[in-house]
Amino acid sequence: MAAASERRSLSLRLATNGFVIIWLIMAAFPFMWTLWGSFKVELDFFSIENWTNALTGANTESTYGSSFTGVGYYGAWVQEEFWRSVINTFIVCFCVVVTSLTMGTLGGYALSRSGFRYTFWLLIAALIFRAVPPITLVSGYLLPFFEWNVWGILPTTIIVLVAINQPFTLWMLHSFFQNIPKELDESAKVDGCTQFQAFRHVIIPVMWPGVITTGLFSFLLAYNDFAVTSMLLAEENRTMIPAINAFLGTTQTEGNVMFAVAAVVSATAPLFVMVMFFQRQIVSGLTAGAVKG
Amino acid sequence: MRHRTFFWFFLPTGLAMILFVAMPIISIVTQSLFVPHEAVLKTVENCGPFKCEEVTVIDQDATADLRASSPLGRFVWFEIYTDRGHLAFAEVGEAWRTAPTLGAFFTALGNLPFYRAMAFTLTYTFVCTPALIVLGLMIALAVNSLHRRLRGLTIFFSLLPMIVTPLVGSLILFWMIDSRGVLGNLISYLADDPDLSLKASTPLMWISLIIYGIWSSAPFAFVVFYAGLQTLPKDQLESAQIDGATRWQQVRYVVIPHLMPLVTFVALIQLMDNFRVFEPIIGFAAEAHARSLSWIIFNDLGGETRQLSAASATSVLTILGVAILLSPVLVQTWRDFKGKT
Repeated sequence: MAAASERRSLSLRLATNGFVIIWLIMAAFPFMWTLWGSFKVELDFFSIENWTNALTGANTESTYGSSFTGVGYYGAWVQEEFWRSVINTFIVCFCVVVTSLTMGTLGGYALSRSGFRYTFWLLIAALIFRAVPPITLVSGYLLPFFEWNVWGILPTTIIVLVAINQPFTLWMLHSFFQNIPKELDESAKVDGCTQFQAFRHVIIPVMWPGVITTGLFSFLLAYNDFAVTSMLLAEENRTMIPAINAFLGTTQTEGNVMFAVAAVVSATAPLFVMVMFFQRQIVSGLTAGAVKG
Repeated sequence: MRHRTFFWFFLPTGLAMILFVAMPIISIVTQSLFVPHEAVLKTVENCGPFKCEEVTVIDQDATADLRASSPLGRFVWFEIYTDRGHLAFAEVGEAWRTAPTLGAFFTALGNLPFYRAMAFTLTYTFVCTPALIVLGLMIALAVNSLHRRLRGLTIFFSLLPMIVTPLVGSLILFWMIDSRGVLGNLISYLADDPDLSLKASTPLMWISLIIYGIWSSAPFAFVVFYAGLQTLPKDQLESAQIDGATRWQQVRYVVIPHLMPLVTFVALIQLMDNFRVFEPIIGFAAEAHARSLSWIIFNDLGGETRQLSAASATSVLTILGVAILLSPVLVQTWRDFKGKT
């Protein structure tokens, strides 16, 4: 009896371990492959005669004398000036994170501390806004932005991304502030603080874990956005993702698809580092909304 | 908190959402009811040295006046919604009357851009969502049985497909399934067809897009379910084991009911996100085979001629689609809220 159940659990364990390994290969292999291939020439990365060329770099070796070459990176970063887009991306991400957290903490805190009925409706409105696909809003932005002559510049895009991001930020921070006991700021108010002073001196020191988690997701939204940034930014102000898309259009004709591969790897690297350092926060952020209901 | 204090705390975020989310929605609804003015034409007599002839030219002044007096354009009610690029009432009616069979009717429907995009968007949404929930659940159960040390590493690698930019993720996969890429080589080797190309076939393209969708969103389902498994009631599992439940029965009757609220949550989020599928179509260069509603909007807005009216109409229809998908949840939330008070 015991032996039978043991044996079954052994085969079951083999099956589950095998499944996890297959999933890990599915999840990680494409990234490894592209990282490895980005140091090769196009004939190796896209090899017709023999797929092992992408591993050994036969054509790369015959062209450059070594099986690794940084020519794709040089082409993307220097020749096509990808570094401009990188700088733009980090300006946009930094401003979006800071602005949306400032506005979101104030709003989320107010929503969590007010017992009136309208807070429910505001949260529902935010949920509806969260569901609206950003690309559908773009046609509403274009006419006024052209009219006011603010199309194409970074500040406009930052404000739009902040606004699109607000519903999610509000929900996250609202549920986070609800877990901070009300008694903390109530007692501060009894001691003669105004609501804002209570927020400033009592809540701000203890809110950082939730704010960091929310900030990570704001960063991801700004970093990963393609629809809004590609429609609202002029060519010289492009962020990374629209720039990569532009590479595809221009480089495929010139046979320089390796520029795009190098740019793609460059754009993935910061995310990789981020997951490495903030894995726990990302996981807790993903589950925060779920566990509450 | 008093109303006045609440107002000041909420003002910045409320203002941002009103100005940049609520107003644009109103604006696209308005824009979708107007078309740009056509140029005003006038006939002038153009006399050369030998003869006079009448030519039609654009009256620049009158056109400018007209555009200035009503900048939104010409009010056309729902003409844009019913034209060929959107709901195509005339073409659908025509097909309904003339098509000999239901199949022929649907073929005719498939040739209209809006219905074609709708077909892909809905297929993508309703194939990806259940598939990624099942895959995510399987990964969560498998990882949960691993040794504690290994779990962190597994979660790290599992997060990658989800966290990576959608356009970048789809490009990475697309380069691999390219007929010259490693997976493309493998597939054509397995199929024993050296000329097999995913780019040339509509069904294969749909399948690859759906596989991308599952690949990129399964980690989300996995992480949520994995967190749910950590709160699994131990005593229920033990009593099930004592009653002689098999492994499968334990999962079926204890684990899945416990995770059911999370399944609803993941399904809701993913229905919403998959309905707006857009980046993979750009990344896979799949527009010849598969278009989504978001892709149509993007395409109308891009390029030299920004077709704002057409894009606005598609946007309104997309938002209506999202609203229909979301309505059961909203009704449920409303019931819960009424139950509470």
